[in-house]
Amino acid sequence: MLGYVIQRLLQAVLVMLAMSALVFVGVYAIGNPIDVLISPDATQEIRAATIRHYGLDLPLWRQYLAFLGRLLQGDLGRSFVLNMPVLDLVLSRLPATLELALASVLIGAFVGVPLGIYAGYRPESLVSRLIMAGSVLGFSVPTFWVGLILILTFAVNLNWLPAGDRGPTVEVFGVGWSFLTLEGLTFLALPALNLSLFKLAMMIRLARAGTREVMLSDTVKFARAAGLSEFTILRRHVLRLISIPLVTVFGLEFGSTLAFAVVTETIFSWPGVGKLIIDSITSLDRPVMVGYLVLVAFLFVTINLVVDLSYALLDPRLRRGGRAA
Amino acid sequence: MSAFWREYRENWFAVAALVVVVLVVAAAILAPLITPQDPYDLGNLNLADARRPPGFIGSEGYTHLLGTDAQGRDLYSAILYGLRISLQMGLAAGAVAMMIGATLGILAAHAGGRVEQAIMRIVDLQLSFPAILLALVLVAVLGQGKVPLVIALVAAQYAYFARTAYGAAATERQKDYVEAARATPLPGRRVVFRHILPNCLPPLIVVGTVQVANAIALEATLSFLGLGLPPTEPSLGMLIANGFQYMMSGRTWISIYPGIALIVLIVAINIVGDQLRDQFNPRLRR
Amino acid sequence: MSALLEVRNLRTHFLTRAGVVKAVEGVSFSLDRGEIIGLVGESGSGKSVTGFSLIGLVDPPGRIVSGSIRFAGEELVGLPPARMRGLRGKHIAMIFQDPGATLNPVMTIGTQMALAVQAHGGASERAARELAARILTRVGIPGAAARLNAYPHEFSGGMRQRVAIATALLHGPELIIADEPTTALDVSIQAQILAEMKALTKQSGTALIWISHDLATVSSLADRVLVMYAGRIVESGPVAAVLRAPLHPYTRGLLDSLPAMAAPGQRLNQIPGSTPSLLTLPPGCPFAPRCPRSTEVCRTDPPRVAAPARHALCHHPLEAAA
Repeated sequence: MLGYVIQRLLQAVLVMLAMSALVFVGVYAIGNPIDVLISPDATQEIRAATIRHYGLDLPLWRQYLAFLGRLLQGDLGRSFVLNMPVLDLVLSRLPATLELALASVLIGAFVGVPLGIYAGYRPESLVSRLIMAGSVLGFSVPTFWVGLILILTFAVNLNWLPAGDRGPTVEVFGVGWSFLTLEGLTFLALPALNLSLFKLAMMIRLARAGTREVMLSDTVKFARAAGLSEFTILRRHVLRLISIPLVTVFGLEFGSTLAFAVVTETIFSWPGVGKLIIDSITSLDRPVMVGYLVLVAFLFVTINLVVDLSYALLDPRLRRGGRAA
Repeated sequence: MSAFWREYRENWFAVAALVVVVLVVAAAILAPLITPQDPYDLGNLNLADARRPPGFIGSEGYTHLLGTDAQGRDLYSAILYGLRISLQMGLAAGAVAMMIGATLGILAAHAGGRVEQAIMRIVDLQLSFPAILLALVLVAVLGQGKVPLVIALVAAQYAYFARTAYGAAATERQKDYVEAARATPLPGRRVVFRHILPNCLPPLIVVGTVQVANAIALEATLSFLGLGLPPTEPSLGMLIANGFQYMMSGRTWISIYPGIALIVLIVAINIVGDQLRDQFNPRLRR
Repeated sequence: MSALLEVRNLRTHFLTRAGVVKAVEGVSFSLDRGEIIGLVGESGSGKSVTGFSLIGLVDPPGRIVSGSIRFAGEELVGLPPARMRGLRGKHIAMIFQDPGATLNPVMTIGTQMALAVQAHGGASERAARELAARILTRVGIPGAAARLNAYPHEFSGGMRQRVAIATALLHGPELIIADEPTTALDVSIQAQILAEMKALTKQSGTALIWISHDLATVSSLADRVLVMYAGRIVESGPVAAVLRAPLHPYTRGLLDSLPAMAAPGQRLNQIPGSTPSLLTLPPGCPFAPRCPRSTEVCRTDPPRVAAPARHALCHHPLEAAA
């Protein structure tokens, strides 16, 4: 087990290095940041001074090494546009995105898994067919369109919920949260629902596929032969048996939820990191883009690692001798 | 083949979806013939006709069936032209991604060893990374235009094909006859083309169908975020984005109709893909 | 004393896309309390489906289309599902072929067995686990109390099957249906389990239906044997009598194909041909196409040939010819 953990940790570090290099090289090919930093009629001296100041005259690999060195000290550079440290900028926006992503993943899991288990348990019933039709929609309809419809329905036509923005937050540990007040929740509701739809559809599918397969297994037959009620079988046996792929996806999806938040945050003007990255792309704010991507990559690698390790906890067969296959 | 079609026909829902796909594709191809206006010719646009509701008779004398957008484009025409672009992008991206992905996947399964490990590591890594972020960054790096967009879509999607092809080819590789064929001095090419490729095709077709829909959705999303194609040739996503600001004031048609066209197309393709998946999956047969 | 189980003319069919599969077609037999019968047949003969019919667990698209199953005086065909569930595990239990597949791999056996205990009456978790440990000890699992926290993969195949048997014994059922429970095990373990099963059922007065493709296994265990072919019971009778002098040519064929029955050096006699597709059964006797004794008359439904305590479905029974 320990060897396995160390091996996975090393892999994670390697992946992080590769990702940071890719992101750095990729992003630094965009446009010329100098044009953003100084007015076009600035003198040649000011131009050269600025280039030197930001180290833009050095070869790319030197810039990367310097970047990497600063990165290890937690320094992601400064935003060209907002002129503040990228890390502070991203960290100030991160709680909003985390709250949104967490809310939507929870909706996806707590609504999607029961629906999916039901659809897998009674695949031929009308309700199951409706659930599956809904999941096809959730999968295929682009997030931005659903967001639009949600705003049109609940904000414009019904006027029940606010159409955007974050509304009031409550400070806990120096960070503002929406979910602690009823009013905050009304602001959170639509974006969270919007962001959760894809996850919901995915959880439904996975839970349904797993349930269908497990229901045919001898384990379920044996449980039935022992006289267990169908509900107990679903809640205890089936849920346990399908949980491994579900937890994997739950974890991995949390990462991609952060990414998809880009769209939702744009539509609902939710002040998270997603909106930040879109703004930085349009204004060619390279340090913010790089910083954001490195952070996302870091989150991804961490999540992958946690998911891999939690496999071992969930599946007793894997606990010894590392991973099977 | 006829048996396949007979089974397909049993699901009327899937048949309806297929009909919709065919109709939409036909309408997109025939767009110049069945629309009153070329919405990409700026000379045709009259700002006096802008933001008119459906049924408005414009300065050119014909009825705007679905109204007009903020630039005075006839929405019906703009939607069909937008569908053209969406389909072009989706199909081009899907085809290129399938070729690259399938090649990599089969190569990995066929070559084995380090090549296999290296390719699949990269593919898996990329699969765990959200496609939309990758596409976003690439579009930002490469700039706006059709080619950059297709490159971004391909980069975001090829990994799905590689995974699928690899999975099918690796299963096939373990079967005895492929082992036997590999042991004989037949050229590897023949093994690949005669044995491995045909068995990879069904899952690739299923993934391909769904990925074309995904590419269309992704393109629309990028355009909605303002990072897709140039605004002079609005795709469906951009039409929707442009109408977004007018939605609050009740001019919902500018966003709604292009959106409906987009959704109908994407959902129909997905339903067709689902049916194909069910039919290709022997495990679900009873 | 009336029989514990009375099965009359049971028919279980599967309505598939390709047609109606008549997996069980008119099966009748009875079983006394504490009696052990062996239900023998090749795969596809309908022996497992018969077992699942008895416990009300035929998977769709299969269903019991007609017939009667009386268990302790109660009619099971058409019984409300809730009542049927109340019987399962408590009065009728079942064990399966592959213990590796029946036990939940991601749950400790203690939890699984406790669930089975709590399925009938609200025993506390602690009481349920104590009962589980007691029964595990009875089936020969050493250190049972400690092993409740183990997962199935930490047991050997034979031990796993003992856990499954213990689960079936939890409520002291009147009837246990065992569907090839030793087929997946090593031969030495098989013999052990057989002996233990026999002892356990005798001890508790439990009736046992032992489903197997192997006449030899059944002969050492059962009081009576039922031979199934193509959904029908083609021969039944006391084990010793049937083995000594089978009435049905099919039973003869099964016996001749047993290694133990052949003289050393003699070739094993396989029954020619293979089990018929249940979708396209010929009219009359289903065994006729493979039968060395078949004649024209075998195209009509075979008569019931009765001898004391036994019967067969055949136009040309062996005993009658002698």
